[in-house]
Amino acid sequence: MSEQGTSQGAERARHLGDVENTVAPTRDTVQVERAAAETEHAGGGAAGLMSGPFGRNLGLVVALLLICAAGLITAGDRFASLDNTLTILRFASALGVVAIGMTFVITGGGIDLSVGALVALCSVWATTFATQTMATDNHWIVMVFAALAVGAGAGLINGLVIAYGKVVPFITTLAMLAAARGLAEIISERRTQIVTVDGFKDFFGADVLGVPLLVIIFALVSIAGWVLLNRTTFGRRTLAVGGNPEAARLAGINVNRHTVMLYVLVGVCCGLAALMLVSRTTVGSSTHGSLWELDAIAAVVIGGTLLTGGRGTIVGTVVGVLIFATLNNVFTLNNQDTSTQAVAKGLIIVVAVLLQQRLARNATST
Amino acid sequence: MRLRTPFGRQQSRFTGIVVGAAAVLTLAACTGSAQDAADEDGSNDAPVAAAGSNDEEGEKVTIGFSAPAADHGWMGAITSNVRDLAEQYPDIDLQVAEGTNDVNLQISQVETFINDEVDAIVLLPFDGAAMTPVALKAMEAGIPVINVDREFDDPNAARVTVLGDNYGMGVSAGQYVCEQAGGDKDVVVAEIAGIDSLPLTQDRSQGFKDALGECGLDVDARQAAEFTVESGEEVAANLLQAESKIDYLWNHDDDQGLGVLAAIENAGRDEFTMIGGAGSANAMRAIQEDNSVLKATVIYPSTQGADGVKLARLLLQQKAMSDLVEVEVPRTVQLYAPVVTTDNVDQYIDTAFES
Repeated sequence: MSEQGTSQGAERARHLGDVENTVAPTRDTVQVERAAAETEHAGGGAAGLMSGPFGRNLGLVVALLLICAAGLITAGDRFASLDNTLTILRFASALGVVAIGMTFVITGGGIDLSVGALVALCSVWATTFATQTMATDNHWIVMVFAALAVGAGAGLINGLVIAYGKVVPFITTLAMLAAARGLAEIISERRTQIVTVDGFKDFFGADVLGVPLLVIIFALVSIAGWVLLNRTTFGRRTLAVGGNPEAARLAGINVNRHTVMLYVLVGVCCGLAALMLVSRTTVGSSTHGSLWELDAIAAVVIGGTLLTGGRGTIVGTVVGVLIFATLNNVFTLNNQDTSTQAVAKGLIIVVAVLLQQRLARNATST
Repeated sequence: MRLRTPFGRQQSRFTGIVVGAAAVLTLAACTGSAQDAADEDGSNDAPVAAAGSNDEEGEKVTIGFSAPAADHGWMGAITSNVRDLAEQYPDIDLQVAEGTNDVNLQISQVETFINDEVDAIVLLPFDGAAMTPVALKAMEAGIPVINVDREFDDPNAARVTVLGDNYGMGVSAGQYVCEQAGGDKDVVVAEIAGIDSLPLTQDRSQGFKDALGECGLDVDARQAAEFTVESGEEVAANLLQAESKIDYLWNHDDDQGLGVLAAIENAGRDEFTMIGGAGSANAMRAIQEDNSVLKATVIYPSTQGADGVKLARLLLQQKAMSDLVEVEVPRTVQLYAPVVTTDNVDQYIDTAFES
């Protein structure tokens, strides 16, 4: 599509948003656009900003605060210390980056079950003897390039099969889940690959003013993700494609190409997360990222992104990831066993979503 | 740099026993880890614990414990043995972190223990190499780490390492077969291994092969299962199909052994002697009853975690292993892999794990 075509398409997509939000004709254009971007297909429910990101995120923040309160009551200073906060954030970082990528795919009406396996594959590929030798001879950036390229490549395959092969995302990425972890096992011979490149370890293991680089990367990716989803044509198209692909196509969006781009994006996120995990563990392994697909999807969904697509929130996802990380931490601090934790986690997911829906509804009715 | 944390003081006590109170602070300043303290000359009249007195209640110690998910009977037993042990000692305050196969989570658990300033950490890593950086961090913070079963890739990351003996398991099983065969060189020996790519499986098979070689036997048929009941059944069914006559069958793992025994029953075979591995309570009961092909099993102790906690307690209370002359807790403890038969099963069945 040409540059002109792109902007025309975007213009038409924006128009589409306007038409859908004509129930509130008094608002100025900026507000309409924002509402359109956030609740593309919420239709008549878009009665005010409270029903938008604010109302939904409020429920989430309340849930997070409740967990923090539980942590404070049961663990006191052990919970509220700076060291403990950093422990939570370091734990959340790599998974958080995956969840940001997942937000885009789910908002765009898809799903990616292969993220955990891709993290494993990227971590293994970036730490093979060959890659590390090349990194030692040249620069450690070789490892970064390897991980990101493998992530992008696997995402490209996912995207092409889904967009042009018309295989549903669930099946395509399920196949990639099996294949990528298998390939990671073959490449690593199921051995743990230890990183010997000091430059890599020094760079990713660094602190900036006491904040670990991993946490900074997560923050930067979150900001970039927010801007991309809420302030760019790419973001608006993602909402349009996820909400109603047919309408998006009629509005001049190249839906297939956009879908491919979404899977490449999540693939790159997996590559970045793999690097973060490799830095944290100093090894690449085919067992990395096990069951991360479920953790990432859970975080995205409790964050308020619609599993059916068309509505997505980066802030919600970030809070969702933090909820799970804090939850794990509070459980560990309280010496709880695995089975109790699993039950409590399930309950908290349901309660968080119920609370969030209720608050959103109340907000809408006022 | 002076260590002013509680651990710094605790460690300085190791040294203090040896060189006297006056030098404590100075020495603590250069004592980076308990290991350094252990390197000090210990040949004076340090209070060596008299036999039995180690169990007497000492000062309260907080010990953090973390292990992989209990997705196998053996791993489940590791954690329950640790909990049981901690209950026996009122001076142990045990903190157990969620069992997990996600190294990212296990790292954050150990970080939580460090933040909590526990007195020692007993760690059975999901992946030894991946947990090495955080173990090093704990040691640097003055918290001794007791590494159980899966070794770190840096010896400085642990004060004590407790290991099973995988190679020894293979040797024990092989020697048992040699003994039973009594010099007969024509016997057919089969082996059902665990997950083939794991170093522990390779060690077990190597030990088995080496021990058989000593008496002129070799492995005639070998298949690898995956430590699960289903995989044991599947692999054994195929193996029995392929080999019409077997004399001895060594199965690496008693959990997958449930599947192997099911396949043997389905095939109606009873012409051979089966030897198990790991030492589950099921297997031992079968040996006790003596009415199946399973006549023996080789132990891979599921008490390793509990031993780790016990050693951590001794270390923190400045007690040595009272049956040794040495006044410090050893650096590495490798547990033995004995063969369990009808003759001695009573001795082992109490510490066996339920699969």
